[in-house]
Amino acid sequence: MKPTQARTSFKRGLAAVAATFALFTGPALAQEPIKIGSFLSVTGGAAFLGDPEQKTLELYVERVNAAGGVLGRKLQLVAYDSAGDAEKARTFAKRLIEQDKVDVIVGGSTTGETMAVVPLVEAAQIPFISLAGAVVIIEPVKKWVFKTPHTDRMACEKVFVDLQSRKLSKVALISGAGGFDKSMRAECLKVAAKYGIQVVADETYGAGDTDMTAQLTKIKNTAGVQAVLNPGFGQGPAIVTKNYRQIGISVPLYQSHGVASKEFIKLAGAAAEGVRLPAAALLVAEDLPASDAQRSVVVSYKKEYESRFKSDVSTFGGHAYDGLMLAVAAMKKAGGADKAKVRDALEGVRGYMGTAGVVNMSASDHMGLDLTAFRMLEVKGGNWTLVK
Amino acid sequence: MLSRLASPRTGGLLALAAAIAFLPLALRNNYFYDIAILVGLNAIVCVGLNLLIGYAGQISLGHAGFFGLGAYGSAILASRYGWPPLAAMLTTTFAVAALAFLVGRPILRLKGHYLAMATLGLGVIIFMVITTEDKFTGGPDGIAVVPFSIGGLILRDERIWYWVIGALLLIAVWLALNLIESPAGRALRALHNSEVGAEVVGINAAEHKVMVFVISAVFASLAGSLAAHYSGFVTPGKVTFLHSIELVTMVVFGGMASTFGAVVGAAVLTTLPQLLTVFKDYEMMVFGAVMMGTMIFLPRGVVPSLARFIRSRRQKGSAASNGEAA
Amino acid sequence: MQYLLTGLTVGAIYALVALGFSIIFNASHVINFAQGEFVMIGGMATMSLAAGGLPYGLAIPLAVAAAALVGLALEKFAVEPARGASVVTLIIITIGASIFLRGLAMLVWDKNLHALKPFTGDAPISVGGATILPQSLWVLGVTLAIVLALSWFFGRTLLGKAMLATSHNRLAAQLVGINVRLVLFLSFGLSAALGAIAGILIAPITTTSYDVGVMLGLKGFAAAILGGLGSGIGAVIGGLVLGIAEAMSAGYLSSAYKDAIAFVIILAVLFFMPSGLFGNRGGERV
Repeated sequence: MKPTQARTSFKRGLAAVAATFALFTGPALAQEPIKIGSFLSVTGGAAFLGDPEQKTLELYVERVNAAGGVLGRKLQLVAYDSAGDAEKARTFAKRLIEQDKVDVIVGGSTTGETMAVVPLVEAAQIPFISLAGAVVIIEPVKKWVFKTPHTDRMACEKVFVDLQSRKLSKVALISGAGGFDKSMRAECLKVAAKYGIQVVADETYGAGDTDMTAQLTKIKNTAGVQAVLNPGFGQGPAIVTKNYRQIGISVPLYQSHGVASKEFIKLAGAAAEGVRLPAAALLVAEDLPASDAQRSVVVSYKKEYESRFKSDVSTFGGHAYDGLMLAVAAMKKAGGADKAKVRDALEGVRGYMGTAGVVNMSASDHMGLDLTAFRMLEVKGGNWTLVK
Repeated sequence: MLSRLASPRTGGLLALAAAIAFLPLALRNNYFYDIAILVGLNAIVCVGLNLLIGYAGQISLGHAGFFGLGAYGSAILASRYGWPPLAAMLTTTFAVAALAFLVGRPILRLKGHYLAMATLGLGVIIFMVITTEDKFTGGPDGIAVVPFSIGGLILRDERIWYWVIGALLLIAVWLALNLIESPAGRALRALHNSEVGAEVVGINAAEHKVMVFVISAVFASLAGSLAAHYSGFVTPGKVTFLHSIELVTMVVFGGMASTFGAVVGAAVLTTLPQLLTVFKDYEMMVFGAVMMGTMIFLPRGVVPSLARFIRSRRQKGSAASNGEAA
Repeated sequence: MQYLLTGLTVGAIYALVALGFSIIFNASHVINFAQGEFVMIGGMATMSLAAGGLPYGLAIPLAVAAAALVGLALEKFAVEPARGASVVTLIIITIGASIFLRGLAMLVWDKNLHALKPFTGDAPISVGGATILPQSLWVLGVTLAIVLALSWFFGRTLLGKAMLATSHNRLAAQLVGINVRLVLFLSFGLSAALGAIAGILIAPITTTSYDVGVMLGLKGFAAAILGGLGSGIGAVIGGLVLGIAEAMSAGYLSSAYKDAIAFVIILAVLFFMPSGLFGNRGGERV
């Protein structure tokens, strides 16, 4: 064959190969998985939050895929451990957006980590569902930022409403050094007057402290204390509760939703009897009356989680479940993973029933829960019970 | 001319400049730039810390405190009080230098583990103050920081930040190298070997120690201010004991008494966690194992060990050729 | 009064951890930053053994033995190979070890908090207007017993005296035939056991998890320095002083700054007594 002829047939051969290739990759591209990005505090001081969150996301991504995925596409979870560090969270969020090119982010176990990431998601215009508690996340509303857990302000309000019903008005606060503790304490101080509550003492303890008798003694010696509220999570509240009984304080003790788990009862032991706190219905799932609209969602999540991971369900895992399911629902409504459409669909969620309660989002409310989403629980006989 | 290039100072600086200039070819997206910028910031702190640990032979387990003061100082002045970022940064740096000077003299009278504890304590106290005074500092959740700007120019793009940090790193390394070669630097090295001996020949140990302490604090504070503006927020997470340890590890890993070692140490230990994410649950274990392993097998740090290895190779080569000639 | 009792309890724990630091420092001039992790292993191991059905009588010795084994392994595989390296390098190795152990603990156990049942019940005892938990009495009692046992060990037994000799002058000890490597080896095991016991004693009061070691290790180190590195008595006194200072500051000053105040006190002491309360005022060789 002459050289020019060889070159031409070579070119033709190449074209043929390229065409076949395109044929095969064409449909394959449409089957590309939808990427759900996540950064969670799986280790570190907030492992209490991030560990069940990650487990829940992994479990339910599997379930959704087993049921056929979303619009025929599989979900792929890309998760990183930010260990409670806002700087790591920011770097991982950047990695998720720029390197992994995810379609939506469900994550941010703590408020600090969430707030660090907010400018990034706003600039990158990607929907972000946060799993953290503080009210500052959605107030003021940010276009691309949503959240599933109740705010710390709502927890204060729920407790204050309960105090009102028991005709109590003078409260002592004791809180820890963490972001959650401080944020909730600030919110409680802000809304107290609105509910006719007077804060007569305000003590704090440090992270990793092993004994709070000093602070509690001060509270015990303060005149007129009718109830004590302990915004906090992790080890602190358990020790506070034990010390509380140890030095014999008799007025009611309220904890925050930060310890809404069976763990807390195990850690505080007998001292936890009579402690009340606002929490999602997840903890008392089986006790909900059959007429309760939330019953089926929470019971099914509880069963799935406990049978798979052989450990007690946690409300934080529930928030991750809500986040993922909301994202999936929004994608189905938006007909795809287009970021702007998914965002609009999220904003338009009405009447969605999650583990946290019924969700009604709007352009001015990117959380969608109201006070009915919180139930008042009390520890009786070593278990969580609903306060009627 | 070529022999000048081979000298650690000029040759090293040129190599570093080349590395900074050509790295962007490998940086595919903003995430990579982000890591490079973080490496640069850590490297600036480490170069200063290396002067203290490697050359002056002291130790500080609290340098994250100075970094944090720089970050929070800039953040509060620029974001809460609306100062121009450059003015905020310079004021903060000056304040940190003053603090380091005041605290340095009594602290540096201590030696060894006692000094370690004192600096550790200082770092923890700074951390506690920052976390507790939440009206100023936003407490554990921190505060948002306005982007850095000079006049009307706002510094926001990762790529521009990269060049700014790269240039600053070169300047920092150059300054450090200059200091080491200067009479003050020689005094420091004399101090390291024997403080009593140095005093006998007329070197004022306390003065020199405090000077290098202040310089390293200034490096850390500047890096902290820049980091605050770059990230757009500050939290106490960067002011912890663990971060101080990370910084010391970077210096030791790279090689004490080696300015370029400090840069290498910062580069490796900043990127390592990103690479280790593949290990998921085992990440912490692997990180700890890597730390132990490198210290056991390369006790003098990466750069000095490499330098020794190359030198011994060269010696073997010349000995062989000498042997042949003979 | 309450503050004093609280401070004593916490202080006793710091004292035990500080003793661990001192013993290892004496044998090797190394600060073992993984000491806090031994505290953690003691508490966590007892917790899982007890959950598996073993009575405390068996679970506790097993847990202490396990921690001691880990301590010995640490010495053998991490510290010995790096003998002769600079102090800073050794510090980093032990810090790497502490991170490694924490990562391992996360996998062997989990990331949750765990409660340990108190040895003899929960009912608080009234002492002069304040209350103290029975567990606190255990803490104080066992710490006292250990301090007495250690002083007998170091003062009377051959092995103990050999360890003391090594700490004073390693070369001289070698010259008189003491196996310094063995001394180093055993000191790690002993410190680990001490840390584990501290962890087991305190766990019923404070709950335990894979990262309790971090803060306790730090405070124990601070106590050891306060008392003067290398001095056993110093470690104990340092621990008690630290614990009481913390509790008093929380009670009478600001509870938020309680930890900071403890460190301020340490800094102040160090400024006036650069070798700690009981430390050796060493001379410096030119």
